[in-house]
Amino acid sequence: MTAVNVYQQRPNGAARAESPLYHAGLDELAGKGSPQAGVRLREKKLLGHLVLRGNAKDPAFAAGVHRALGLELPVALTLVARGETSLQWLGPDEWLLIVPSGEEFAAEQRLREALVGQHISVVNVSGGQTLLELSGPKAREVLMKSTPYDVHPLNFPVGKAVGSTFAKTQLVIRHVSEDTWELLVRRSFADYVWLWLQDASAEFGLAIQA
Amino acid sequence: MLHIFCPHCGEQRSEEEFHAKGQAHIARPLDPDACTDEEWGEYMFFRDNPRGLHHELWVHSAGCRKYFNVTRHTVTYEILETYKIGERPGVSEKKAVEQGVPA
Ligand SMILES: [Zn+2]
Repeated sequence: MTAVNVYQQRPNGAARAESPLYHAGLDELAGKGSPQAGVRLREKKLLGHLVLRGNAKDPAFAAGVHRALGLELPVALTLVARGETSLQWLGPDEWLLIVPSGEEFAAEQRLREALVGQHISVVNVSGGQTLLELSGPKAREVLMKSTPYDVHPLNFPVGKAVGSTFAKTQLVIRHVSEDTWELLVRRSFADYVWLWLQDASAEFGLAIQA
Repeated sequence: MLHIFCPHCGEQRSEEEFHAKGQAHIARPLDPDACTDEEWGEYMFFRDNPRGLHHELWVHSAGCRKYFNVTRHTVTYEILETYKIGERPGVSEKKAVEQGVPA
């Protein structure tokens, strides 16, 4: 068994949890935008985020990940998903696992059990970042205003995920379905990205979703 | 704006996603305690500054956040190759001259 101290990091229900965009009051803004808005935004808040590192070239690592998660280890610049769980390539030895709120502790335990004895790391980064969902017919145009990366479907098909510069910061863009994109934002940059997205979406109309 | 091929991401990416980190292939002395001050100073502080081909360390800081090597011409800014850490450059000063790249 591993000597790593693994414990439940999510506070129990009695503690109030605030997402990185708590102060923006998105819940109160939800539903007030125009139904014709070209861009829709939702914070997929307080999900479980785990950063997994290991040797992609080791078949035992890939097999262990598959056994623990039921997902194949994604190759460069891609993401695989099943239901609300997704596994994304971040680098040649680094992946991001996102699971529904509260499931991260069990997922970490399953990973550690399946990868026992291997040179790996699993770090719970749930509190350090948040996921914003950008959708709607004009969502791609907002991305085009924000990043130098080519977001045309020929270059950025569904299932692709890239880290790039965005506004004057850096984040990860994930293309999850035709008109739907996700932005993986560092906690301390969430407010800046939120302000940027409001400004960049203004010409298309922005609707907040709960 | 340069487009730089990240060998980890496997595609051309915009220059602003990268940072240059200086000369590549600097081996850390295996036993620092056995170094003279001059040897340690050489390792620590002294860097080549060639006019022509230079092997450099770059990091894909906004993308995969991994380091890799670049062979770059310091006069023309041309990037002749990028390759992973641990690999050797395929383009050298001698080969480049043979291939007609101005020194
Ligand atoms: Zn890269």
